Amino acid sequence: MNHTAAPINPAQGGLSDLSIRNLFIIPTIVFLILINVFPLLWSLYLSFHEWRANSADDPVFVGIQNYREVLNDSNFWDTFTLTAQYVVYAVIGEVMVGFGIALLLNRSMRGKGLITTLLLLPMMMSPAVVGLFWKLLWNPSWGIVNPLLGLPNDFAWLSDPDRAMWAVVITDVWMWAPFVMLLSLAGLSAIPQYLYEAAEIDRASWWFTFRNITLPLVSPLLLIAIIFRTMENFKQFDMIFTMTGGGPGINTEVNAIKLYRMAFQQWDTGKSCAFAYIMLIMVIGISNIYIKYLNKAKQR
Amino acid sequence: MAAVVSQRKKLANRIMIAAVLVTTFIMLIPIYWIATTSIKSFSDAVAVPPKIFFQPEMTGLVKVFTKRTQLRAPKYKITDQTLESLEADGVPGDVLVELAAVGKLYRTESQFTDAVNEALGPERATDYLALVVRYATISDPTPEKYADARWYEKLIYDSGEKILRASPYPNRLWNSVLISIVSTVLSVAMGTLTAYGFSRFRVKGEKDWLFFILSTRMLPPLVIIVPLFLMYRAVGLIDTHLGLIILYTAFNLSFSVWLMKGFIDEIPVEYEEAAMIDGYTRFEAFRKIVIPQSVTGMAATAVFCFITAWNEYAFALVLTARRAQTAPPFIPSQVGSGLPDWTAIAAGTVLFLIPVVIFTFMLRNHLLRGVTFGAIRK
Repeated sequence: MNHTAAPINPAQGGLSDLSIRNLFIIPTIVFLILINVFPLLWSLYLSFHEWRANSADDPVFVGIQNYREVLNDSNFWDTFTLTAQYVVYAVIGEVMVGFGIALLLNRSMRGKGLITTLLLLPMMMSPAVVGLFWKLLWNPSWGIVNPLLGLPNDFAWLSDPDRAMWAVVITDVWMWAPFVMLLSLAGLSAIPQYLYEAAEIDRASWWFTFRNITLPLVSPLLLIAIIFRTMENFKQFDMIFTMTGGGPGINTEVNAIKLYRMAFQQWDTGKSCAFAYIMLIMVIGISNIYIKYLNKAKQR
Repeated sequence: MAAVVSQRKKLANRIMIAAVLVTTFIMLIPIYWIATTSIKSFSDAVAVPPKIFFQPEMTGLVKVFTKRTQLRAPKYKITDQTLESLEADGVPGDVLVELAAVGKLYRTESQFTDAVNEALGPERATDYLALVVRYATISDPTPEKYADARWYEKLIYDSGEKILRASPYPNRLWNSVLISIVSTVLSVAMGTLTAYGFSRFRVKGEKDWLFFILSTRMLPPLVIIVPLFLMYRAVGLIDTHLGLIILYTAFNLSFSVWLMKGFIDEIPVEYEEAAMIDGYTRFEAFRKIVIPQSVTGMAATAVFCFITAWNEYAFALVLTARRAQTAPPFIPSQVGSGLPDWTAIAAGTVLFLIPVVIFTFMLRNHLLRGVTFGAIRK
């Protein structure tokens, strides 16, 4: 932190430090409160009401009925379970692929910068557009996936109730493994070389070196990557929505998609706000942990 | 012994590098596939099994910019023109007279040939039928129209369609450009000021404020989208450029504050102190010392903000419909039902992705910093 230790008196005539500080900071805070906090308060209010946003009726106060309905409805628990499955599989896949590539890439080689940047391309793309073009790749007959895997051209992915989720997870891993790779690479390249040299002199096995040097030193950054991806995947909407639309049936209907359908297709506004709040509390839980770790990493 | 070890190490290293190249290759296949689909013909794009080698063409690109309709089937009618052409080819006058009686417009070839057969009698008909059909065919487009057509119109004719008008895609791209640029400028400007405020002044509860700022970024869009939609509907911001600009500015602002704070923290505070001792006001010191020093940081932040706004989908999907719709919700809406024209969708996708690819290469040294909100620097 670069606080001025002793207050310096600027030349006369300018704005005081205090007013500059307020002028610089307050508009941002007010703006963010207006765009984020105010809507949240409004939806908190709506979550206690029975209301359809496409009708002319006024909201009717129903207490915690919306919350009770959401929490007692087995469909919602199915959605939460589905989302949890998706998050766990996707994050595991991202870490395995991303960390694996980082281990491979962590050596001096020609064209490393170019290869790293090429590998990072997927995560910079619009998730909605990625979902869309993977829909083409997953097409059983003219997509590229089946021929590459040697599968017959009637092997359905996105229209198969069981396999659709796998397709979603694989697409997600393709898109976000680079993120884990980026953070892992930063962690790996920061490990001092002399540790490995010492291990080599001691004839330590590869596994021993990996477990006792590599893993502990990369883990702070890897953890940040894992928490961030968990949070982001929990919120995931765009990619799955454009790829499967939640289908077939509700087989890939994760939280965010269910929320969208409830709010803008069934227009069950009050209940969707209650559902959104339950989701929000979960996300806040994860994001608190994330920002804490982020600050920790910053202080290093 | 040492030589053997280093030999083995070298080999292991080679294998690893080969593995890196193979992985990169596999990871790039999807991008390669969408890029090539955009320059395939429709029949190649949906060929089973998929075609690796193909004749590239621009049809998909033309299709994404146009609204089209199927060409009409050819019709048949004996006109004065037809008779003149037949006469020039040496068809005798009595035949011409009898043909002239077949004046009706026929929608199928078989009906037309029946009519000609009846008029000429089967014997003469066999001699002249092919010639008559050739000159009586009114094709869509007519040969003259086809000859006058521009190259892109010809491409569409060749694929069995004709252009009605331009598609909304250029307009959607323009919306994306406009909204992304304006919101980027706003969020970087505000973010830089706020970051400077937090970096240089004592703020009570600084950590909590910064935490609040970043936590707005972590909100699931879908959670605040319902009240935002109602808010926007109440004040008439639905489907307006301003509506999305405000939203994207807010969304990027938290990111911009955090990233810029990292950059400004790195500028030694002594520079400003020295300037202020020399008679600069605090604001002058900020403008003439800090801003020039943090230009790189601002540029990197701006590119990140631009990409985020450019890629955003959920807000745009709910809050815009036509006038202010950006490209991400537009492109999937073109899939429609039935057999989607993947060449056009792929072409639209590729055009949309090109700026992202360019910016990623420009940002390559700042990516780590960007994705961790400035917390981790290399």
